[in-house]
Amino acid sequence: MLSPIILVPAVLNGLLTGAVYGLVALGLTLIYGVLHIINFAHGALLTAAMFAAFFAHRLLGLDPYLAALGLTPLFFALGYGLQRFVIGPAAHGEDRNILLVTLALAVVIENALLYVFGADTRTLNLAYAFDVVDVGVAFLALPRVIGFGVVLAVALVLWLILALTDTGKAIRAVAKEKLGAELSGIDVAHVYAVTFGLGTACLAIAACLLIPTYYVNPHIGNAFVLVAFTIVVLGGMGSVTGALIGGLFVGVVESLCGLYLGESLGQIGIFIMFILVLLLRPSGLFGERA
Amino acid sequence: MKQASLAHIAVVVAVLAAVPLLTASNVVLNFLVVALLIALVGQGWNVLGGYGGQYSFGHAAFFGTGAYVSAILQTRYGVNAWAAFALGIAGGALVGALIGALTFRSGLKGSYFALVTLAFAEVLRILASVAPITGAGVGILITLDLRPQAFQFQSRAPFYWIILALLAVSFLIVRLIEQSRFGAWLVAVRENEEAAKAVGVNTQRVKLAAMTISAAITAAGGAFYAQYFLFVDSGIAYGPWISIEALLAPIVGGIGTTFGPLLGALVVKMLGELTKLVTGDAPGLDLVIYGGVLILIVAFAPRGIAGLIADLRLRFARARPRLRERAHG
Repeated sequence: MLSPIILVPAVLNGLLTGAVYGLVALGLTLIYGVLHIINFAHGALLTAAMFAAFFAHRLLGLDPYLAALGLTPLFFALGYGLQRFVIGPAAHGEDRNILLVTLALAVVIENALLYVFGADTRTLNLAYAFDVVDVGVAFLALPRVIGFGVVLAVALVLWLILALTDTGKAIRAVAKEKLGAELSGIDVAHVYAVTFGLGTACLAIAACLLIPTYYVNPHIGNAFVLVAFTIVVLGGMGSVTGALIGGLFVGVVESLCGLYLGESLGQIGIFIMFILVLLLRPSGLFGERA
Repeated sequence: MKQASLAHIAVVVAVLAAVPLLTASNVVLNFLVVALLIALVGQGWNVLGGYGGQYSFGHAAFFGTGAYVSAILQTRYGVNAWAAFALGIAGGALVGALIGALTFRSGLKGSYFALVTLAFAEVLRILASVAPITGAGVGILITLDLRPQAFQFQSRAPFYWIILALLAVSFLIVRLIEQSRFGAWLVAVRENEEAAKAVGVNTQRVKLAAMTISAAITAAGGAFYAQYFLFVDSGIAYGPWISIEALLAPIVGGIGTTFGPLLGALVVKMLGELTKLVTGDAPGLDLVIYGGVLILIVAFAPRGIAGLIADLRLRFARARPRLRERAHG
């Protein structure tokens, strides 16, 4: 059972899947870190992005990796608009209201997709979907290896934005001390919307990385978002490094649970871990004490 | 919002009880049974969310437990349907107490509480979709046995009166809570938990009690569902749809009020039926509209329809003397 010939590929594949989980979680944790709310619409937005990537290929013939270049700014704008014109004004600054509004958005987006596209599951057939890379100890699917690289690049870019640009500085300031940031002239509503936009843009990239090897249907986002919640809680709410490491870790756990317990129970392993972490250490492994 | 008096409750229940005497239409009665069922489930959410300020996104956990416990006891162990119904409620309350004990002890509130309740409901849904005792992916079909002893009836009217009676009991429970010291503690927790703790309220115990009562009321809805539709599966019992309906009804109607869940359930279900009339039976569209209504209510009428009515009445009452002055002047 523990033969390295089975174990090593399972761990490597888990790491590759985990990287994309990490990217989804990165968007979620960024929004949490700054706005201090859990975005329940995250999964539905991922579904929307996956549909967008799917139809960009089906209708326009765009390769998903190429489509990412267009979808990322588009979803940034979508996220910006949602926070600026829907969530922000509707919530009246109350956390409970924000929870309800993002939940309502999730319901609207998911069911609008169901209404328009039906419950069918769709897949893209790309020429390179089954290409593999030989890394000596295992064969890895090419699209997932590309995905791993892209996620690391995106994380680096995001880190540079946060560390070096003025907008990044403003985002960090608002995350730390909202009132102080406002007093020193930072437009908090704008920073909130930019953060939400960045978080949503992460989803567009994640969707383009997923679509070559994955399927899409109106409920697909839910599967990812609960995993993303787990990662975010595990890595510490608002911690960018935590999201990435948490993502890789959860990917490996899922892969090993799937190996030893069977596919349908692989998910249960994640949920149980999630509940345990929430109950025992809600601030996460990397987060500050809440 | 003024508290509902016993007379108010009596009038509302009496008016609703008279409906089957006026119409024998199955369409009308079926609509009302479902609306009152949602009102009951929403009333459960209202106890914890409306009065206690703890927003659960996973009330499906209690609804589903009520439905499954009742269905499993009847079909697998031959327990009498009425006894199974009562045990379903007890099972839901137990699950509520367990989840409450775990989450409140860890100090989870706000976003975290919403998240962990959602996760518990999802775990139960996945378990129910693979475990043999819940019929796994197939679900449980309760055997047709149209006798009152088996909690099954030829016509819809008895079902309607039973769900109305359950709802009436929930009105009384909520009124009792409102008037008790426990209710005052609960509202104190909602308004400012730290302050409540500082003046000596045992906030954990108060929240735990509220969650148990809340879960029991919602589980009654689940057990009734099993009896009315004679079918339960993991998607119905533990699916996210019921968690959303549970919070939608009280928020639309008026959060933290006795009649809010009933008002909200009637309005939301009416909207759902209207949508079906206009567009045919399109999957998803009714939920799109529910979501839109939820956003609009949170944005423009945070106290729900009950709050809107109260505001209008107040405005009207203020406007009247002015009109009179103008008439005299």
